[in-house]
Amino acid sequence: MRDRAVRDLPPETLLPDVQPAYVSSWMYVFGVLTIAALVMVLASGTALAVEGPQWYHGSNLGHFVNGLHLWSVELFLAFMVVHLWGKFFMAAWRGKRAATWITGAVAFVTSVGTAFTGYLVQSNFDSQWIATQAKDGLNSVGIGAYFNVLNYGQMLLFHALLLPVLIVALTAWHVLLVRRRGVVPPLPEHRRTHPVPPSTGVTT
Amino acid sequence: MSGLLAALIDLGSGPVYVNWWVLHISAANLVVIGVMVLLFLGALLVPFPKGKRP
Repeated sequence: MRDRAVRDLPPETLLPDVQPAYVSSWMYVFGVLTIAALVMVLASGTALAVEGPQWYHGSNLGHFVNGLHLWSVELFLAFMVVHLWGKFFMAAWRGKRAATWITGAVAFVTSVGTAFTGYLVQSNFDSQWIATQAKDGLNSVGIGAYFNVLNYGQMLLFHALLLPVLIVALTAWHVLLVRRRGVVPPLPEHRRTHPVPPSTGVTT
Repeated sequence: MSGLLAALIDLGSGPVYVNWWVLHISAANLVVIGVMVLLFLGALLVPFPKGKRP
């Protein structure tokens, strides 16, 4: 397993300092912006978890960190969606990059679920209202049997433990896949039905 | 400055919703989506600084 990992992901290519010329575009910045926002989300979320709702609802610093968590989530989702738009329109699944696309798509859906459970665990009247409205839709399709939005403990553990672990794992896998295959080349100027060969990593 | 921003973004009155066809969305959410579209177009059109070759 170690030999395979070193063969597929040579350590010297994990933090590349050169990139293909076509990567010189602002469109390629949104992936790392998403990761930077995720780091802020995790840091502020950890502070909220350590201190608890009396702190983040009752103190000035708690309010501020609560706001940091909200706005870093807003930026995380906005940057992720713009990154998704860019990858879709450049058909970034070409050249054996299907797994990269799939891990990204699953990370997106997981992020939406994490945001929804976050809304449910604000521990205020807003979140109670959201829970009572959301239960009807989820119960009508049977999900309510396993995922009870009125069960605060379950929602909190989904939001603060299960889903963030999944997001971090998917993000790491996604980035390693990008390192393995390299950044997808641009679409050819004159479209032909020839397959895009997979890159073996960063090229100079 | 804060007074100007408060006048522009009045949080005292209720939210404004835009209804068109099946779409029912708040004006604030629509603005966010508009900004994201502008960001996407800007990423395509704004020149990226080119470094000097060593």
